[in-house]
Amino acid sequence: MADANNGRIEIEGVTKRFLTPSGDVFTAIKDVSFTVEPGQFCAVVGPTGCGKSTTLGMVSGLDKPSEGTVKVGGKVVDGITDGVSFMFQADALLPWKTVLANVALGPIFKGASKAEAQARARDWLRRVGLAGFEDRYPHQLSGGMRKRVAMAAALINEPKILMMDEPFGALDVQTKAIMSNELLGLWEQSRPAVLFITHDLDEAVALADKVVVMTSSPGTVKAVYDIDLPRPRGSVQEIRFEPRFLELQHQIWDTLREEVERAYARTAGGPTEEGKAA
Amino acid sequence: MSTASTSTTTTPVDAAAAGREQSAVAQAAKRAVLRRRAAIWAGRIGFAVLVLGGWEVGARTNVIDPFFFGQPSGVWSALVNLFQNGTEFGSVYENIWVTMQEALFGFGIGAVAGVIVGVTLGQSRFLADVFGPYIKIVNAIPRIVLGSIFIVAFGIGTLPKILLAAVLVFFIVFFNAFQGVREVDRNILANAKVLGASRLQVTKHVIVPSALTWIIASLHSAFGFAIVGALVGEVLGAQQGLGLIIKNAQNNFDPNTVFAAMLIISVLVLVAEWVIEKLEHYLLSWRPAAPSEASNAI
Ligand SMILES: Nc1ncnc2c1ncn2[C@@H]1O[C@H](COP(=O)(O)OP(=O)(O)O)[C@@H](O)[C@H]1O
Ligand SMILES: [Mg+2]
Repeated sequence: MADANNGRIEIEGVTKRFLTPSGDVFTAIKDVSFTVEPGQFCAVVGPTGCGKSTTLGMVSGLDKPSEGTVKVGGKVVDGITDGVSFMFQADALLPWKTVLANVALGPIFKGASKAEAQARARDWLRRVGLAGFEDRYPHQLSGGMRKRVAMAAALINEPKILMMDEPFGALDVQTKAIMSNELLGLWEQSRPAVLFITHDLDEAVALADKVVVMTSSPGTVKAVYDIDLPRPRGSVQEIRFEPRFLELQHQIWDTLREEVERAYARTAGGPTEEGKAA
Repeated sequence: MSTASTSTTTTPVDAAAAGREQSAVAQAAKRAVLRRRAAIWAGRIGFAVLVLGGWEVGARTNVIDPFFFGQPSGVWSALVNLFQNGTEFGSVYENIWVTMQEALFGFGIGAVAGVIVGVTLGQSRFLADVFGPYIKIVNAIPRIVLGSIFIVAFGIGTLPKILLAAVLVFFIVFFNAFQGVREVDRNILANAKVLGASRLQVTKHVIVPSALTWIIASLHSAFGFAIVGALVGEVLGAQQGLGLIIKNAQNNFDPNTVFAAMLIISVLVLVAEWVIEKLEHYLLSWRPAAPSEASNAI
């Protein structure tokens, strides 16, 4: 029972194929295997279109693998995985609900009373620094504030796994740095396992315990790096100048660059490359 | 920080001058807005005078035959006559009430059914695929003809009019609700599911509110169709109602009363539109103000 409640993610030999509208079979990811330990912060980097979002979808249970298995807490994922939360690049806030009502959704879906859900939502809004904004609608907030709301909404159910799909991809550099620091602060408090997708290698190294590098399409795991920078990490802007950070960053970039260039050549080089790859 | 504050410091004299200048600009802008509004109203009234006056003059000089096409002064006296002397089928208020009742019931039934069926089919690919062709077929037939069947089946009471109005309303609301459900943001949907929402909760918190923009947009035109359904039903066979007044006036070669009844109906529709607009404002109050409203707020 204790085992079933932890957030260990085991992805074993997962392949995902899609049927394209023209009727062809398209392999998005191929034979992907890696493990995220409970409480571990794992970043996944790879060129666009390599199947990072697809991988997340199968961990959350929104999608099923064509081959292989995904296990969470030792149990094969079937249907929506219990105890996960999601954060997307695009806002997933309900524009017709106030900030408070948006954050309160998690507990309400879990069966909490409205009063209790709102009390907890208020508490979480305070934790992300948005006390006083409870009655605003999402469109009345800045991009960074909306991200904080999304963060509170994702963490309020105290998930054992937090999945983030390029959550800060649409933010400007300064806001992104601030949000990254806040994420680390909140994560230290409850320590869910994190599966964090990004195409920003600096962000991955600064935040994660482990970085998984994926190849260009069809995505496979090219390499896995352990990030041994001590925690708490402190400011993500400052850690970038530490020698160990630079060393790791260079090392991973050497692996990643090849894939990014290949993916770029494929989109820039037109359909002939695509044909060869298929 | 300190440099910023010194550069924005102004002496009190400067500030007062800037304030005067700003209020002068604001006043000029306000005058321009007022002038524009006056010009719009002058144009509107001028247009009405031109059309009604032209019609009246045309009728008096026999360019337009008033026997067939009526004339504004005649429409006015027909209107006064309707309200003062009533009709053969009771007072005009009774007749308005009958038509309104039929339209309102038809509107309510059609809208509720349209939302329920639209939301259900919108969420189920299977049901949508099964019923899709039938809905297309039923939508392709001229539904107004159903009025004849309803009269034959249910007599000349209010029921067949309500049914006809409901059928007309149903299809408009149904297609919009269906489309609205299909347009729900996928990220939002995925997020709600991952947070543990049940099917019912997804429908209540995500799908229906999201489709509401579409549904409400359809209600505007739907009420017009409810009135059309009620009127056509009354023209086909009734004991009371504005449609019957129109049909009777037609049989008496009295175009002025037809126009008078039309006028009453358009006022009813405008009132209903106004109520729906209020409802829309209330239900969709979360939406950001439209650019025009926002600039008016300055
Ligand atoms: N439902 C789908 N049907 C067909 N192809 C898909 C579908 N979802 C994703 N893909 C394809 O799979 C590949 C990987 O997509 P994705 O996981 O979104 O990549 P990433 O998140 O790494 O940018 C892309 O080439 C994409 O076009
Ligand atoms: Mg993606």
